[in-house]
Amino acid sequence: MTGGAFEAVVLPHLDAAYSLARWLTRSPSDADDVVQEAVLRAATYFTGFRGTNPRGWLLQIVRNTAYASHALARGVVLVALPTEGGDTTIPEIADPGDDPETALSRRQDQRRVTRLLSQLPVDLRETLVLRELEELSYKEIAQITETPIGTVMSRLWRARQMLAAAIKAEER
Amino acid sequence: MITDMDCEKLLLVQAEFDGEIDAADAVRAMSHRQECAICRAAYADLEAARHLMRDDAPRYRAPDSLRRALAAGLATRTPAIPRKSTLWREGGIFAAGMAIAAAITLMIVTPEQHDMLDQIVAGHVRALQPGHLQDVVSTDQHTVKPWFDGKLDFAPPVKDLATDSFPLLGGRLDYLDERTVAALVYRHDKHVIDLFIWPENGNATPQNAGHHGYNAVHWRENGMNLWAVSDLEGAELQEFVRRWRATP
Repeated sequence: MTGGAFEAVVLPHLDAAYSLARWLTRSPSDADDVVQEAVLRAATYFTGFRGTNPRGWLLQIVRNTAYASHALARGVVLVALPTEGGDTTIPEIADPGDDPETALSRRQDQRRVTRLLSQLPVDLRETLVLRELEELSYKEIAQITETPIGTVMSRLWRARQMLAAAIKAEER
Repeated sequence: MITDMDCEKLLLVQAEFDGEIDAADAVRAMSHRQECAICRAAYADLEAARHLMRDDAPRYRAPDSLRRALAAGLATRTPAIPRKSTLWREGGIFAAGMAIAAAITLMIVTPEQHDMLDQIVAGHVRALQPGHLQDVVSTDQHTVKPWFDGKLDFAPPVKDLATDSFPLLGGRLDYLDERTVAALVYRHDKHVIDLFIWPENGNATPQNAGHHGYNAVHWRENGMNLWAVSDLEGAELQEFVRRWRATP
């Protein structure tokens, strides 16, 4: 293989890789570290890659790198981040075309969903993110998480259940 | 709240919601929903969760600083070891010529094993770079073994050979053959031995191979595929494998 082949096949999925790492680790700097490590691992093993789904392959490596990293190995995965008020981790998401009021409201919405998602156990969170944000099929999620499809379905179910319950609890 | 509810068709309704079932089943799920209050409420919850996720949850974009760091990292990485190099082919011919004379196990390398050996050696070389060797550092097999729980869909056999002068340093996850595998890390004098393990049926006696200054021994036992790789001399690596297999 040539260096160019790896870049052409794998790098188009860098945003997906980063987004998954970010949702798993909930930290921009940990996500950076995880993606760097994962992409270099992927480059090392690229000669052995025979599949037709490079995005799924990369996401699987990202996911396992995140699980093995200190970011998820510290045992803090169930603790919600304090996101009320001074959260500075999201501003790059706001659309610069929004007027200030819309942008503010959008940031508040993003903070809210980030907080709610952060409260989910990591295995539920990753399943939900892969389904709703990456829009992957049950089968693809099963491959990435190395989990039977039945488990994917029940994790997805529990994740949505918890999220819906959290929405209702807030509106009450 | 739907946590208090139960209907055996809830996952079917969810599969319908996700477009994961064929048209006939979808019609069945829909008509069930019209009769079942539990599933109707559940469907509304699925919609609320999706609405929240897709409207508000950011799908993050990789920052430019990360793209630059990756470009730099990829440019300087260890060059990939070429597959089916001439060196390797000559090695095969050499081994074939030696087969009659040698009383040791004949090295039989199939094309699949060429690729696998490339991956094994690349994985070993990469792991030797600072900070990459172990994800769990422990000389205690009772710490290393549970660390793999939940990270792999199989339980790798973890053995400590400290009394045989091959102490266990730790373990990590690695990626070979398009799957996650266990890597156990051992030390012998100043040499590091990686032992890669993943499930595969069949039994085969150890085969030795060498590649770019590294030696590898491959065997299968108890449904596991095992590759030991190191810059140790071939005979010493074989001794490691012999002792590893002899340890219960």
